[in-house]
Amino acid sequence: MGTRVGMAVENQTGDLPITGPPKGHEGQMAAPSGLRMQDQPVGARTVVDPMIEIRKLSLKYGAKVALEDISLDVPKHQVTAFIGPSGCGKSTLLRCLNRLNDLIDGVTITGTIRIGGTDINDPSLEITELRKRVGMVFQKSNPFPKSIYENVAYGPRIQGLQGHSTMDEIVERSLRSAALWDEVRDRLQESALSLSGGQQQRLCIARAIAVEPEVLLMDEPCSALDPIATAKIEELIAQLKKQYTIVIVTHNMQQAARVSDYTAFLYLGALVEYDLTKQIFVNPSKKQTEDYITGRFG
Amino acid sequence: MKRFWKSGDPFIWLSGGALAFSLVMVAGLVILVLVNGLGSFWPSPIARLTLAGGKELMGQVAHREKIPQPGAPPGASERYRIQVRVGNRDLYGADFVWVEEVSIVRRDFPAEAVLIERQEWGNLYGFIKEVRDGDRVVARGPVDGWKGLQASLPGATSTSKDIRRVEKKDIGAINYAQEQIRLRMKKLGMRAREVSPEMAQLQQELETLAAMYRVQEARLADLKKTPRELLVVSAADEKEKELPLSQIVRAYQPNAMGLWAKSGLYLSKIWEFVAGEPRESNTEGGVFPAIFGTVMMVFIMSLFVSPLGVLAAFYLREYAKQGAFVSTVRIAVNNLAGVPSIVFGVFGVGFFIYLVGGSIDRLFYPEVLPTPTFGTGGILWASLTLALLTVPVVIVATEEGLAAIPGGMREASLALGATKFETTWRVILPAVMPSILTGLILAMARAAGEVAPLMITGVVKLAPSLPIDGFWPFLHLERKFMHLGFHIYDVGFQSPNVDAARPMVYATALLLLLVVLVLNLTAILLRNRLRKKYAMAIM
Repeated sequence: MGTRVGMAVENQTGDLPITGPPKGHEGQMAAPSGLRMQDQPVGARTVVDPMIEIRKLSLKYGAKVALEDISLDVPKHQVTAFIGPSGCGKSTLLRCLNRLNDLIDGVTITGTIRIGGTDINDPSLEITELRKRVGMVFQKSNPFPKSIYENVAYGPRIQGLQGHSTMDEIVERSLRSAALWDEVRDRLQESALSLSGGQQQRLCIARAIAVEPEVLLMDEPCSALDPIATAKIEELIAQLKKQYTIVIVTHNMQQAARVSDYTAFLYLGALVEYDLTKQIFVNPSKKQTEDYITGRFG
Repeated sequence: MKRFWKSGDPFIWLSGGALAFSLVMVAGLVILVLVNGLGSFWPSPIARLTLAGGKELMGQVAHREKIPQPGAPPGASERYRIQVRVGNRDLYGADFVWVEEVSIVRRDFPAEAVLIERQEWGNLYGFIKEVRDGDRVVARGPVDGWKGLQASLPGATSTSKDIRRVEKKDIGAINYAQEQIRLRMKKLGMRAREVSPEMAQLQQELETLAAMYRVQEARLADLKKTPRELLVVSAADEKEKELPLSQIVRAYQPNAMGLWAKSGLYLSKIWEFVAGEPRESNTEGGVFPAIFGTVMMVFIMSLFVSPLGVLAAFYLREYAKQGAFVSTVRIAVNNLAGVPSIVFGVFGVGFFIYLVGGSIDRLFYPEVLPTPTFGTGGILWASLTLALLTVPVVIVATEEGLAAIPGGMREASLALGATKFETTWRVILPAVMPSILTGLILAMARAAGEVAPLMITGVVKLAPSLPIDGFWPFLHLERKFMHLGFHIYDVGFQSPNVDAARPMVYATALLLLLVVLVLNLTAILLRNRLRKKYAMAIM
């Protein structure tokens, strides 16, 4: 996976102002300070060709601070994992990216988030447009009480797509991408709730990618699944990152290590460390990160 | 002992016992209604009683009870009396008599005894003496007379049916058209004083109708003049009664009938009860208008109550900011369900009938005034009143359903780029449908059984026509209607002939139970189908 990053860097060097030397190949450690730009986040790794740019993001539930001064860049077509102990704000951060926190009363957000160059908190931006570009898969699989077909077709229908053959194509393609097609091709009209937990979660992934988002957010997608279903989803994530930028929140550090290219460690609402996953797990620069990863707390 | 209590066994027995007690009570009620309701249609034998004084009585035994003997010595033999339906109200004045069993010398069941159900005056019991056609005697004696009656009854019945059809349908239609034209003339007269061509045309139409009326009247007179066959029946005490055959609804000899014939008669009587029109101030005949009125009222009520309740519940649960105010509203809604129904009835009269209905009359039906059209009780106002009465039930059930939908489902839809409205319409509403139907089932059950508010908002003892008929606009929401619940009250407690009406009370109660059951079963089946379709495991 490091190779991919390296290649991306090489391809983009001419366009992007990188002050430090480009990263070579996988496993090579880069001095964080060397990569930092002036407006780049402190204590976090610079990313070439970022899909999502978060700057000085703070979030308060009423008076309670949930996120404080978070700045990080999420690379395009990579998997970025947010890890940290419960209540550290990693899910909150994820939900900032499709503005799902807007639903909660008394939330104040400061700072900027740009996805693909657009400021998502811009009042002129239609929130539904944003959410079409940023899909999400939730911790608890939440298929609609409709047929399997209708679940996948829901997003395209919302976008105003009609016509049987196009819809059939979209449903098949999405289910294939979610590695569910072979299991459900004969029972598309059955209730989605008749599927097993793992299948339901893959259906939710299919539903999310049916609208062809640019970013796919995953909020602990495997926490309610058994190891076999988890393995399937992880395999799927590796497949999907070719097309989508994936941000995943997980409790499971092995999972973060297995599936992600970049990892951000959050603690008490602050970003402690953000780097290549290899870097974080092999040689974290912060003591807190090391303690958490080695299981000394959290 | 303490351990026994701790083991939980007594609680199981207690709760099981409570359930069993409730079930027994319900089953007892249903069985009582069933036996009394269905039993009353069975053609029981006609008994001829010869009393000690030589007097003879003939009729059906309706009831037997012990005579209370206060102060009698403990060993005294018990005495019973029986209630006999002797009918022949025009001859004796009363339908029922009580006879002490000790005074009965002889009791037999003559095979030739005839029971004749009539259009008027109730049942006639007796023996056929002769059948006459004008002055000519067609058949004489009980046996031949019975045969003669069988031969000529179908013709007479069809003639009387023709008469009724001419009276009700043909002349009724003409009357209706005349009334419409008169109203239009009145309207024209109100607008312009001078005689307009339109007015003249209406006058012309009115005259055409009058001519048509005269034709029908002549036809009617002709029908009534056709040789009227007479049946002469002698009652048990040799009194005679001459009866035109057209008066006969049904004649049979219960003592001579076998089980099959009795079963057939039984079914035809039940059919008459369910599908027929009431006769004899509701104590006989059928209750079809009441069934129709009940079902239609429940449907109109559902039409109003479901959208109202569902929308209110959606606002309360999905849009309103949860807080003290919403909680207060919720408590108020729950309490509304406990308000006595007559209070709703009074509100219906004051608001719907006088205010809304009165305004509609002044705006749209000024030509009919002072006769009210909508400004008086009617099926629309009764249904609306019941909709108000039952709306809390729908709101509560829908709200509970909405609360049971996991928040993740809403988030999932929103995360796909759906607006809040799209989420509500496409995800939440289908998911909450079973709960809405549950609410509607409860509302319908309550509405079908409610009587008090209806009595002042549009139910009548006898409605001349159904709320749906062949005249434009076919659906007449302003009409008064009949209702099974009110029918029970009216027949059982307001009827001049309470004893004869008692079986009707049970049968009507049974029918009301059945109507509620059928309405509920329909809704339950629908709900289960929805549940199955979506495999609503979460609810």
